[in-house]
Amino acid sequence: MIPSFIIAFREFLEIAIIITIILAATRGVAGRNFWVIAGIAGGLVGSAVAAVFANNISAAMEGVGQEIFNAAILAVAVLMIVWTVVWMQSHGRALAQKMKQVGKAVSEGETPLYSIAVVVSVAMWREGAEIVLFMTGIISSSEESIFAILVGGMAGAALAVTIGTLLYFGLIRLSSRHLFAVTGWLLILLACGMSAQIASYLNAADILPTLGNTWDSSWLLTQDNIIGKILHVMLGYNERPSVMQIIFYVATMVVTVALIKITRKVKI
Amino acid sequence: MNKIIMLTTALAIFSTPAFAETPVFEIAIKDHKFNPATLEIPAGQKVKLIVKNQDSTPEEFESHDFNREKVIAGNSEGVIFVGPLDAGEYKFFGEFNEKTAQGKLIAK
Repeated sequence: MIPSFIIAFREFLEIAIIITIILAATRGVAGRNFWVIAGIAGGLVGSAVAAVFANNISAAMEGVGQEIFNAAILAVAVLMIVWTVVWMQSHGRALAQKMKQVGKAVSEGETPLYSIAVVVSVAMWREGAEIVLFMTGIISSSEESIFAILVGGMAGAALAVTIGTLLYFGLIRLSSRHLFAVTGWLLILLACGMSAQIASYLNAADILPTLGNTWDSSWLLTQDNIIGKILHVMLGYNERPSVMQIIFYVATMVVTVALIKITRKVKI
Repeated sequence: MNKIIMLTTALAIFSTPAFAETPVFEIAIKDHKFNPATLEIPAGQKVKLIVKNQDSTPEEFESHDFNREKVIAGNSEGVIFVGPLDAGEYKFFGEFNEKTAQGKLIAK
C-alpha cells in the first residue's frame, strides 16, 4: 500500500499542479472547463497507449527513444503554454477588467484554448504512463493484494488532487488583477521548467552537450522532499542544473516575455 | 516531424566529437537492487551508462544529482548518457523500489 501511495502521489502531484495553474490562469474564460476535461480525457488515453508501447519507444533510436519522445512531448507542451500565455496576456487589460466580455468573445470564435487541452494531455502522458507501468509491475510482483495496492494508489492520487485544489483556492483569492499577473508568470515559469527538462533529456540522449555544471543547492533544498518536488514542477527548480538547462530556461523566458510585449503593442 | 529528426540528427553530428571515445559502464538491476551499487567513473568526461533491468518488473532509474530519469522495462536495458561530471559523489535510485534500489556514482 505504501509504495503505490508514494508513487501515485508523486506522479499525480505533477499533473495536479499543471492543471491547477492552467485552471487558475484561465479563470473566467468561457469554455475553459470543456477544454481542460477534454485534455484530461486525451491524457488518460495517451498514458495507456504510451505505457503499452513503452518498450518499443525505449528501444527506438539506439536506446534513447524514450528521451526523444519525452523531449518532443515537452516541446509541444512548452509551445502550447507559451501560446496560451501570450494570448491571455495580450488580451490582458480586457481580461483583467471584463472577464465576462472576453469570455463571450472567446466563445464566439477564434479561441486558442484548445492549446490548454493539449498541455493537460501531454503532461498526463508522461506521468500517466509511469503510473500505469508502475502499477502493472507492482500488481504482478508484489505480495500485497491488488486491493491494498489500488487503495494506496487512490489515496496518493487523492492527496495530490487535494494539494492542487488548495493551491487553486489560494491563487483565486488574489484580486483579479493580481491573479492575472501571478498566473501569467506561473505559466511562463512552468514553460521554462519544462524547457529545462527538454535540455536534460537531450543531454541524456547525447544529442546536446551539457556545457558543464553550475551550482549545487541540494544543501538548501533537495528535490527529494515535497517542497523541492513542488518547486521543481512549478518553477523548474533543479538542485544541480547544467549550463544547457539554464540556457533553455532563460531562453524560453526571454522569448515568451518578448512575444507578450510585441503582441500587446500590436493590439493597441 | 521530419524537420525535428533532421535537426536532431544535425545536432547529434555537430555535438559528438569524433576523437573522444565515450567510456561505457554497465549497471544491472536485480531483485530491485543495483549491481554495482557504487560505480566509479572518470570526472570531466561524458560517460554512457547501460542499465540492464534483470527483474521482470519495470524500474525508473532516477537521479536528482545528475538530472536523469528513465523508465527501464522489465528484462530489458536502457542507455543513459551522463555528465561530464565534476569530481564528487552523485546519488541515484530506482523510483519504483526506492527502499532497496539505491546507488551512487563516484566521479574521480
